[in-house]
Amino acid sequence: MNEFAEKLQLYFSYPFVWYALIVGLLIALCSSLLGVTLVLKRFSYIGDGLSHVAFGAMAVAGLVGLTNDMYIVLPITVLSAVLLLRTGQNAKINGDAAIAMISVGALAVGYMLMNVFPSSANITGDVCTTLFGSTSILTLKETDVIVCIIMSIVVIAAFLLFYHKIFAVTFDENFMKAAGVKAGVYNLIIAIITALIIVLAMNLVGSLLISALIIFPALSAMRLFRSFRSVVICSACVSVFCAGTGIFTSIMAGTPVGSTIVVTDIAVFFIFCLLSLFGRRKAG
Amino acid sequence: MGNLLYCKDISLGWEGQTVVSGLNFNISEGDYLCILGENGSGKSTLIKALLGLNKPVSGMLIQPAGMKAGDIGYLPQQTAVQRDFPASVREIVMSGCLPRSGLRPFYTKEEKQLAESTMSRLGITDLAPRCYRELSGGQQQRVLLARALCAAQKVLLLDEPVTGLDPKAQLGLYELISGLNKNGVTIIMVSHDFAAATTYASHILHIGAHHQLFFGTTEDYLASDVGKMFSERTVSGDE
Repeated sequence: MNEFAEKLQLYFSYPFVWYALIVGLLIALCSSLLGVTLVLKRFSYIGDGLSHVAFGAMAVAGLVGLTNDMYIVLPITVLSAVLLLRTGQNAKINGDAAIAMISVGALAVGYMLMNVFPSSANITGDVCTTLFGSTSILTLKETDVIVCIIMSIVVIAAFLLFYHKIFAVTFDENFMKAAGVKAGVYNLIIAIITALIIVLAMNLVGSLLISALIIFPALSAMRLFRSFRSVVICSACVSVFCAGTGIFTSIMAGTPVGSTIVVTDIAVFFIFCLLSLFGRRKAG
Repeated sequence: MGNLLYCKDISLGWEGQTVVSGLNFNISEGDYLCILGENGSGKSTLIKALLGLNKPVSGMLIQPAGMKAGDIGYLPQQTAVQRDFPASVREIVMSGCLPRSGLRPFYTKEEKQLAESTMSRLGITDLAPRCYRELSGGQQQRVLLARALCAAQKVLLLDEPVTGLDPKAQLGLYELISGLNKNGVTIIMVSHDFAAATTYASHILHIGAHHQLFFGTTEDYLASDVGKMFSERTVSGDE
């Protein structure tokens, strides 16, 4: 036990561990807030699609030689998010087909660009890092942390300000349109916040595992809770708890950060499933 | 009794294609208008036009009282998303107050009181903390009705409200709507249910394939050829 505490103390004397923890918890909080809405709107896979777009955009940024790839990644991802949530409504190409198309398309183009115009010697390593986010969260600089904090504040503030609208538009878009509420505007806001979160979260778990951060806390919370507010609060708590546990475990056990967080999320999901089974049996 | 709405020879359509044409009817305050018609006869297009979401292709839709989008409380058909939606009854009824709150990020005390009084008016106060998806079909419709009443108190537009309910719940809902109508709420209901329409409604608008078959009071409808034809079909159990 003493040894354990000493090890922790040693790790927490490094600022990069603190940075990883702060960024990890903030991203987990933000992604879980919108997760509930996205799952209910049947957009669970949008996280996956958009993160692949962000992956492709990163490859383009590397090609052009931008030092800070955010300038390219963010606008492209926001644009795709807006396009995807739009196609959800006018049904020339179905929402899920559109997501699948953009998702695999961007992945292929990104990987091809990285191979044809290699920016470093270790392509496989680069690709692996972007897809699984294995180390980048431990190499964060102070500016990254500040950017992340600012963006998280924007996301959380927007969510709180539009909470009732997001709920109403998710529950019944037709009713709100008929009542004169500009549902399209709120869908746009949801799309933009989603894109922001995904670009943020790529640092933490990489583009393959982002969906997990978005959907698992929401699904876990929906096992146990019965009102929208309690589901949102519970999903935020679950997500922050899992991110914290995951980061500590990965530091102590030397496992990759992203997948450790996701595995924790999966474990909590199964625990909640069991709890809801017991609860139902009791009630029945 | 003031006139709420005149429709003069309107045609409605989708993306340039006319779905239904030659509609002539009017709605006055306190009316209970039932819109009958088969699937595909343009009922949903008409609903959109009445809600102001869709402009008529031709003809005139005049609203003397100057109604605008949001003055009609709407009870849409249920969507698949709602069936597993984790939301309490109170949250859903409150969301009916959203249109009037504009950009304000929270609900005022008056809006909360409106939601509570509407719930007690429809007899669902005891359901308030319950989860929407665990309610029976009839209870769910009452919740959505309460939400519509929070959004607009004078006119309600109901899109096939009894679909999927058992006969007892259907009867309860019809009685509830009829009670609201007696208290001065104008009702516009789209329905398949010939028997209930002629029992409860004061006026009938019957749309056939692409054009209007009948508009007038329920007594006139029952005496008309169209009405007779359909009442015979209903009695023989075909409908």
